[in-house]
Amino acid sequence: MNNMGAEIHHLASNQRNPGTPYHPEWVEEIRINRSAIERRIATLASRRTVKKQWQAAWLLKAIALIDLTTLSGDDTPGRVQRLCAKARQPVRSDLLAQLGMEKANLTTGAVCVYHEMIPYAAKALDGTNIPIAAVSTGFPAGLSPLKTRLAEIRASVDAGAREIDIVISRRFVLTANWKALYDEVAAYREACGEAHLKTILATGQLGSMTKIAKASMVCMMAGADFIKTSTGMEAVNATQPVSLIMMRMIREYMRLTGFKIGFKPAGGISNAKTALQYMVLAKEELGNDWLEPDLLRFGASSLLGDIERQLEHFITGHYSAANRHPMG
Amino acid sequence: MSVAEIFENMEYGPAPEDASYVHDWLKSHKAGFSHFIGGAWAKPSPKAYFDDINPANGKVLAKVAAGSKRDVDAAVLAAKEAQKGWAALSGHKRAKYLYALARLIQKNSRFIAVLESLDNGKTLRETRDIDIPLAARHFYYHAGWAQLLDQELPDYAPLGVVGQIIPWNFPFLMLSWKIAPALAAGNTVVLKPAEFTSLTALFFAGLCEEAGLPAGVVNIVTGAGDTGAALVEHADVAKIAFTGSTDVGRLIRATTAGSGKKLTLELGGKSPFIVFEDADLDSAVEGLVDAIWFNQGQVCCAGSRLLVEEGVADTIIAKIKERLSHFRIGDPLDKAMDMGAIINPTQRASIDKLVQQGVSEGAELWQPDVKMPAKGCFYPPTLLTNVSPSNIAVREEIFGPVLTVMSFRSLDDAVALANNSRYGLASSVWSENINRALEMAAQIKAGIVWVNSANQFDAACGFGGYRESGFGREGGREGMFEYLKPKNDGSTKGEAVILAPEATGTVESVGFAAIDRTPKMYVGGKQARPDGGNTMAILNHKGEIAGRVGAGNRKDIRNAVEAAFKNPCWAGRTANNRAQILYYIAENLSVRAGEFTDRLRDLTGASKTKAAAEVEASISRLFSYGAWADKYDGQVHTPPVRNVALAVKEPIGIMGTVCPDNAPLLNFISLMAPIIGTGNRVVMIPSERYALIGTDFYSVLETSDVPAGVVNIITGKRDEMAKVLAEHDQVDGLWYHGSAKGAAMVQRASISNLKRTWVNDGTARDWFDTKTGEGRRFLREATQVKNIWLPYGD
Repeated sequence: MNNMGAEIHHLASNQRNPGTPYHPEWVEEIRINRSAIERRIATLASRRTVKKQWQAAWLLKAIALIDLTTLSGDDTPGRVQRLCAKARQPVRSDLLAQLGMEKANLTTGAVCVYHEMIPYAAKALDGTNIPIAAVSTGFPAGLSPLKTRLAEIRASVDAGAREIDIVISRRFVLTANWKALYDEVAAYREACGEAHLKTILATGQLGSMTKIAKASMVCMMAGADFIKTSTGMEAVNATQPVSLIMMRMIREYMRLTGFKIGFKPAGGISNAKTALQYMVLAKEELGNDWLEPDLLRFGASSLLGDIERQLEHFITGHYSAANRHPMG
Repeated sequence: MSVAEIFENMEYGPAPEDASYVHDWLKSHKAGFSHFIGGAWAKPSPKAYFDDINPANGKVLAKVAAGSKRDVDAAVLAAKEAQKGWAALSGHKRAKYLYALARLIQKNSRFIAVLESLDNGKTLRETRDIDIPLAARHFYYHAGWAQLLDQELPDYAPLGVVGQIIPWNFPFLMLSWKIAPALAAGNTVVLKPAEFTSLTALFFAGLCEEAGLPAGVVNIVTGAGDTGAALVEHADVAKIAFTGSTDVGRLIRATTAGSGKKLTLELGGKSPFIVFEDADLDSAVEGLVDAIWFNQGQVCCAGSRLLVEEGVADTIIAKIKERLSHFRIGDPLDKAMDMGAIINPTQRASIDKLVQQGVSEGAELWQPDVKMPAKGCFYPPTLLTNVSPSNIAVREEIFGPVLTVMSFRSLDDAVALANNSRYGLASSVWSENINRALEMAAQIKAGIVWVNSANQFDAACGFGGYRESGFGREGGREGMFEYLKPKNDGSTKGEAVILAPEATGTVESVGFAAIDRTPKMYVGGKQARPDGGNTMAILNHKGEIAGRVGAGNRKDIRNAVEAAFKNPCWAGRTANNRAQILYYIAENLSVRAGEFTDRLRDLTGASKTKAAAEVEASISRLFSYGAWADKYDGQVHTPPVRNVALAVKEPIGIMGTVCPDNAPLLNFISLMAPIIGTGNRVVMIPSERYALIGTDFYSVLETSDVPAGVVNIITGKRDEMAKVLAEHDQVDGLWYHGSAKGAAMVQRASISNLKRTWVNDGTARDWFDTKTGEGRRFLREATQVKNIWLPYGD
């Protein structure tokens, strides 16, 4: 984006993004070159790597970034309770001790559930600072009545969710009705109140890289605290090229407004190596601030298990097995 | 550093590649590496070695043989003895050897990558991910050419022994670019690696042994400039392929002038990187990283001149600075480095000197505040802003990680700035508007245009430059021709230079022209009096004065080139339109066939039948190039990425043509028609002996709608005119058909702007034979290939 220099604001602290009025030119001037984006991703993996204790530290950090998630039709209070227990104590304490991290009070970034599971999660996480994130607004399709969607957000906030993961109306993106998207997300933001708004773009359904970039910008203008790639239910979920585009939009929004917006890739991030690649991407494109849970989250369910095995491998020097780590 | 500390600071930490097994190999050659000659390891004679240094730490890696003239002689002899047998193998057999070499490179890829990084100082990331895979790809690709050669290029033969001299910036990759096509075509090679980076070439020699390559097919002689000079001067070398500096390129051109050696030169560059305001700016910045901070900027096609549309100049400079602020520079074997070491302290000093000169001429210097290694030969990524085209840092190739930034106002402005250079190797164009990008691609004078990308290479796409960036292409079908010659190009008949008979007196023959005619030149579509006011008598076959022509001088040539320069639109005409004009010339020549027949008879003494046949052949030849004009078209290459690469055949520009005397009308047409048919403008020097043919011909041009300046005709002394043309920096190409001495002179005199020359070395061509007198050979010499890379995807 090119001629937005005049709009730059400077903020002294990490204030929450209040959103901005709708600026059509911020959307229109976006240019994305897919081949160049893909080339950047293809070469980045070989430009940066972390080894030995650096890798261990980064993997521990990755755990702190996980929105430990269960979003299944057969979720039960017991299942959610188990998940929350894992969120509180994600790594075996003997392993943490050997890493010199026993006092770090390591937890996952959040627990992510459907609305009906919020009370059980709240109970299981009592006494911790782990936020509950609730998927909302007719997740995953987002096609229930608007009134219902707004009511759903309010109900989840009332039930104790501190983060609301909404899904945008993909049809507004596909038909380039950017103002409608802005209005929708702004309404969600209002409904969230103090709870943080994470907007899921469902990037696998948006048709082009440019549309993904534009949708990102509109959501941030409308007051999103986080932009998130996917529900995890689309045919294609988080990818690194898409993540690069969204991160660059975050950088651009910061240049324009001074506000830092969080990023959450979700779906398909199931092993330690992939998580590290996303973290490298965030460090390179956005900086170290985006390696903390207030600005980066992984929407993942099986990632933690792989990280635990890698950590044990680092400590013992031999490959670990799943059954050696407590399940969530 | 503890895990807890890293958990807080989130730094990367070291990630070194294990190089111990490569060091073990080097230790096993502690006594010094020999040359590889005739399939065996040959100690240098006399026994002299020099040190090969690791630029990242200054330590000696190995001792390498210093090649003497005697060593070069031995290598050339071995190559010569092997060549016939190698060429006699079936294409399939040669393909199997090249395939084996490709496989062996892949099997040893990590070893080669580590060795290359140690020897050159470039990052392992680049050798592992770019250099070595591309090298293997070149052998695979050319294994394919060996296989298909007999079917695809049946009229071509190998050259013989090829001398190849490669630079230090891509030692192994350049070796593959040189050796693979040469062997595929049936040549044998003597390769001299750069003195700073001999090791991967020596390792490759071992792979040749392992592949069972016949002895003498590949010979590696290590050494410095004098070793290279011995190779260039060797009489049994049929071709020199050189990649390196423009200065050395010039020297090689001068040395080989008149030797008949074929020559390809891949030289320097100062390639523009053009960013329009509708580009994906973040991606363009990443493109710059690939363009100028690839291999520490020690890349001939580095995008070293950023040209950015004025409205986004500040934005992109800010983005570049942000990007460089977390650049990582250091141990080339660390897997997380953006830049490694500069090749040697001399090169580093040369980079710094040009940067300091640029600053003293007003450039604003910016370098990021990043950690630099305490030891070794390193230079930080550098940005020079506030520069104009007159700044030395903008004009000269720096061959280091230094980017200059200038802004432009419009597409035309961008074209003018991009082309304001003596070089013309590569360019990048960034815009999301395909119309703008392709318009720009068409107008840039460079052998390669990367749209929305930079430094993309593939064996299927020819690589090579315009202007002083050299000539010839490497890769693709276009690259194969550089290692082949037409099987019957030597077809000769008569003499190229015919001397006038003894003059029989000063009596003018009035039998032909009843009214005395004032001899003139033809410049810019108008008849022009000779600048010097002098004339030369042209004798007929009996020695009588058949007429007079202007005696051209330097200024006549200058005026003709100026007239050609003023009509740049000819190349932009449609091929169909150029064809129509060639047919129209034929039509008008046909109308005056009788007159030209009589003139030929009077001048040459040819029989009526013979003279009429020459006129008829001339008309046919014009038809041939009218036919070719819209058929000699380009190709679409398919490199292994989501991309098309358009290989466009472009005219060379302004050309000079010096005609021989045999078949004076037919040779004039045979040389003019392919040149203008492909969109060049030309200054024709007609046969000196029969110059009246040229002056008769301009009235044909005048009636044929040939735009002013496209064809200019200057009469005069052949070699005098040729010399002025050869030295003229605005002339891009020169064809010379005259004496062997003249041919050598032309090539020697061409070095100032390294114009493309095509000379006859004193032999006469049979102009009547359509195999040697017309066709693709002529068209190829009149054009150069521009590869436009177009990645796509939305």
